[in-house]
Amino acid sequence: MNALALRDAVAEYGTIRVLGPLSLTLAPGEHVALVGKSGAGKSTLLSVMFDRWRDRHPALMPQELGLVPTLSVFHNVYMGGLFRHRGWYNLMTLVRPFGRDVQTIKLLLERLDIADKCWTAVGELSGGERQRVAAARAIHQGGDLLLADEPVSALDGPLAEQLMAALTTAYPTAVLAMHDVELALRFTDRVVGIADGCIALDEPSHRLNAQDLLPLY
Amino acid sequence: MVSMWHSATVRTSLGFIALAAVCALFADFQISTQDPWQEVGRLMLGLVMPDFLAVDFLGQALLRTLAFAFVGVGLGALVGLPLALAFHSAWVRTGCAFVRAIHELFWALIFLQFFGLHPLTGVLAIAIPYAGIFAKVYAEIFDETDPQPARVLPPDSGRISGLAFTRLSQAWPHLVSYTAYRLECGLRSSAVLGFVGMPTLGYYLESAFAQGAYGSVGALLILFYVLIATLRLWVRPRLLPFYLLAAPFLLGSGLPIMWSNVSRFFTQDIVPAPLRQGEGLTGLGTWLWELLTTQALPGIWHTLLLTQVALVITGALAMALFPLVSHHFTGRHFTGRVRGTLGHVVLVVMRSTPEYLLAFILLQLWGPSMLPAVVALALHNGGIIAHLVGQRSNQLTLRQDAPRGLDRYAYEIAPRVYGPFLALLFYRWEIIMRETAILGILGIATLGFYVDSAIQEIRFDRALVLILITAALNIGVDILARRLRARLRLRHTVHSEP
Repeated sequence: MNALALRDAVAEYGTIRVLGPLSLTLAPGEHVALVGKSGAGKSTLLSVMFDRWRDRHPALMPQELGLVPTLSVFHNVYMGGLFRHRGWYNLMTLVRPFGRDVQTIKLLLERLDIADKCWTAVGELSGGERQRVAAARAIHQGGDLLLADEPVSALDGPLAEQLMAALTTAYPTAVLAMHDVELALRFTDRVVGIADGCIALDEPSHRLNAQDLLPLY
Repeated sequence: MVSMWHSATVRTSLGFIALAAVCALFADFQISTQDPWQEVGRLMLGLVMPDFLAVDFLGQALLRTLAFAFVGVGLGALVGLPLALAFHSAWVRTGCAFVRAIHELFWALIFLQFFGLHPLTGVLAIAIPYAGIFAKVYAEIFDETDPQPARVLPPDSGRISGLAFTRLSQAWPHLVSYTAYRLECGLRSSAVLGFVGMPTLGYYLESAFAQGAYGSVGALLILFYVLIATLRLWVRPRLLPFYLLAAPFLLGSGLPIMWSNVSRFFTQDIVPAPLRQGEGLTGLGTWLWELLTTQALPGIWHTLLLTQVALVITGALAMALFPLVSHHFTGRHFTGRVRGTLGHVVLVVMRSTPEYLLAFILLQLWGPSMLPAVVALALHNGGIIAHLVGQRSNQLTLRQDAPRGLDRYAYEIAPRVYGPFLALLFYRWEIIMRETAILGILGIATLGFYVDSAIQEIRFDRALVLILITAALNIGVDILARRLRARLRLRHTVHSEP
């Protein structure tokens, strides 16, 4: 995979510039954390990355998760792999899932400790459960680039760590917007701090500690 | 393994489909005309080459259609508003449910018997059922307003001004948009009243068909569509008082009311024959039994068959067509907007054509059977529901990486709009049944057929009993639909109710 680069990226909301101009290059195999206070432009930057790198088929985990509340957990996860099958196969799956897909997805759900909810409609789940379903969907999609916006914001303790580990092992390259600084430092190789729509800090994680990131908030 | 079949919504839908399939086995669908497609071709030719030269009667037809709609809907809203404020009373609720359950055309047939072809017949035929509908929907809109402002109002604020400043002012935009929507319905009702002799569009359409003047038919239909499609342009809040003041003077004079007919209707015509002839209660029993077994039951049977088949086809059509107006499928850019506009035109034509008119046209083309009725009901109601579901889908925001095409339909949009779709379909259930009954007037053996025959035979006592049975059937379906909506927890806001 070639390096991913943004050059002088900007984003405007009406006439107000909310991001950039900023330039950023991602080395293959790098896990990058985006940190900064809310409203700094992390989500916007992820959305710009998604648009620019569309041809690399990145997996996306937006903050609103984008799950379909009336469909089951299984179907929501399966949606990550819709592109792998023909239309008729997907329609049949909606009616009655195929055994091998169920097997694959059950395994994934077991890793995330949510296999018991496989056939529950997503609308009936709690916030933390939904977040794990969205992560499972992103993992099921597969590929080499993950863009995730606050992927563990509704989880705490071991569950958050488990999910971070699952996401970072599933994707060789990933950009994750994070507000939990400790987790960011532990699970990523590089931290990019965003303030007022620009890059305020860009360092390898092992050279930083939580104190260094305080000025960003 | 558990899958989508275990969702209550899906099971209910499958139940309805199975029931409709069984009903379809008993129904009579056939095309009996010699060359139906030639007839369709002639009608299409009439639509492509309309004859606008008959300006005189075209203008007259549209003017009267508008006048009856404005006076009828205006009067209905005027009466409906105070009724809505008193809607907590069981008497008001029951009364409104009752007048709503009787179709405009049945009201017209009743009033025709004693007011004759006087404009009052047409005006009341619209105003009475509409008042019942307005009362119900206005009351629902009031219920949705925030009660907090009224609670913090200082005491002695006065009932009327308190109401005006709190609930009425909150509800106002919704009341206005619902009333505007009802005006569109009123135009359709008014046009259809022509089929029973009022001087509106239907009257001219029926005679143009009788003469085989397809050019005039085309011109009338096109003008009617234009009228409804441009409603938003010429019905302006500032112009409304002017329209409402002018409309009563444009109803035409009709024929004078014979007051002796009015008293005869109430003292003799509607009194059951055995009582009139002094046969007492035993005579009444035999009379009722005979009416029930030879007319009411076959009428109910056919009405139910047709309703269930039409309901399911309506639903299928709506779910198939809503992507025409959903920007998730048409796209937001220029070509997408063009596609979306075309989709809107298709749906506007579908929903602007009253079922009765469409069934009338199809009956001329295909001959008598249940087929024209089912197609007419499905096209009209399917168009309305598709439009509303499309609007609903446009409120959804999809993920940036949402799939496209069939996958988008099956996984992203359909599961999200299916609940609201079912709610809308259940709302239309009662309406479809009311229309099914009325289509009997055109010769399909539903309840309307027996009502119409009784009136032709000047047996108003029978006609009235049959109309009451029809009303009871509608109320029953309405209650059933409400139970189903509650059981499936289908929430739905009134403002989008068709």
